[in-house]
Amino acid sequence: MQPSQLLEVVGLTVKIGGRTLIDNVSFSLQRGEIVTVIGPNGGGKTTLLRALVGAMPISSGTITKAADLKIGYTPQRLTTERSMPVTVDRFLALAGRFSAALRLEAMQKTEIAVRKDAMMSDLSGGEIQRVLLSRALLRKPDLLVLDEPTQGLDQPGEEHFYNLLSQIRSASGVAVLMVSHDLHVVMAGSDRVICLNGHVCCSGAPEAVSVDPTYLELFGRRASLALYQHHHDHSHDGHDHSDHSHG
Amino acid sequence: MIILTTVMDDFIIRALLAGLAIALAAAPLGCFVVWRKMAYFGDATAHSSLLGIALGLALALPLMLGVAIVAALVAGIVALAGTRDGFAADTILGVFSHTALALGLVLATIVPDARVDLLDTLLGDILAVTESDVIVIWCGALAIVAVLSWRWRSLLNATFSPELMIAEGGSQTADKLVLTLSLALFVALSMQLVGVLLITAMLILPAAAARPLARSPESMATIAALIGGVSVAIGLQSSWTWDSPAGPSIILATSIIFMLTNLVQFFRR
Repeated sequence: MQPSQLLEVVGLTVKIGGRTLIDNVSFSLQRGEIVTVIGPNGGGKTTLLRALVGAMPISSGTITKAADLKIGYTPQRLTTERSMPVTVDRFLALAGRFSAALRLEAMQKTEIAVRKDAMMSDLSGGEIQRVLLSRALLRKPDLLVLDEPTQGLDQPGEEHFYNLLSQIRSASGVAVLMVSHDLHVVMAGSDRVICLNGHVCCSGAPEAVSVDPTYLELFGRRASLALYQHHHDHSHDGHDHSDHSHG
Repeated sequence: MIILTTVMDDFIIRALLAGLAIALAAAPLGCFVVWRKMAYFGDATAHSSLLGIALGLALALPLMLGVAIVAALVAGIVALAGTRDGFAADTILGVFSHTALALGLVLATIVPDARVDLLDTLLGDILAVTESDVIVIWCGALAIVAVLSWRWRSLLNATFSPELMIAEGGSQTADKLVLTLSLALFVALSMQLVGVLLITAMLILPAAAARPLARSPESMATIAALIGGVSVAIGLQSSWTWDSPAGPSIILATSIIFMLTNLVQFFRR
């Protein structure tokens, strides 16, 4: 594996109870790049991410990680029951031995520090995603693995989240591998796209993938709209970049 | 403490000591049962204890050992069986626990050496605990508290998200083992005290009563232990005064505390 590579996946296959969830998936990740996995429901996006972080047994194939690769992971679903009293700060403390100062710094990076003493069960969906992201950032990761970080968010919430992510990336150089349903933001905010439907249908730069026949077949007419939105979004992308570049 | 000063009868003190140990172990375990919505799982494990008693008697094993083995087997099978083949988790749970319960009832009646007093088994008989019972119950209760404290952070993380816990270096097998074995041990320890029917109540009620007063997982477990301990004292006192069955009286005392703490929270809002 080259030094610029963080992760190399070769021929990854995951089967559960005789059903093949993902089949012969190969790709690699470079330092600092944002790669988005898209694909239909049941296409194996979550399975792929879980296999990468060790939360799903792999049937065959290899996952080679750079030496000392630190991964920050956010799961697709977090159970925040009212029956469990736990504050945001305490939730971060549950990640391991991280000082109060480090936790505060991580919460500031995702603009959730004001909710530090709130109960987890009182948070909105967007706030929970930002708490999860700060928890993932605590261990100063080289790679963020985010499973549908914008599900359940409205359009402004999504945009805000992706802006945060791009600020964090430019400040720390962290690579991002995430799952998303949201085509137009994917196209705008990713360096590379992997289209997954059990196997890798197509992958590459957003511009290339969006005209790939297999991609168009999966996503139909919405896909070409996404490409259009992509150019549109780029023109006013600069939302308070300068303030946080060293957060 | 009224009990200690007014009545120094040994059996009441033994009952109190055993009850306090159970309340202590029930608190952290009960919190997880509440947080993870495992009430039905608790019931299933508890119901299998009848089979444990019958087998224990038939094979001349100590009762608690028989119950612990059968409860651990049933809980383990259910926890590891998973839901891959299309049955919902509670269906699998129901199949195994009711099989164990039915088998227990049959064995308890037809095997000559396994004659079981069903009423005692179902309702418990805390006033009959012996000195060695008290020692075994305290050791078991302290073991449960020790194991749960040791795995506390990991258990909390898995409650939020099993994937997150694993991604951060935890083990799902360890998580399941710790909870199911603790639960099986708890069933074995508490069966004689509160009876098969009310074991899950002993887990859930103190934790639920503690919730409105707690600001952290640890304070919830601590308050649950205090509420459980007070309930044991009140229940035994009531059993002494009015000759009410001890196990159900303990649970009733917790129910009243549950209503009080939740009323307080309701009016605070």
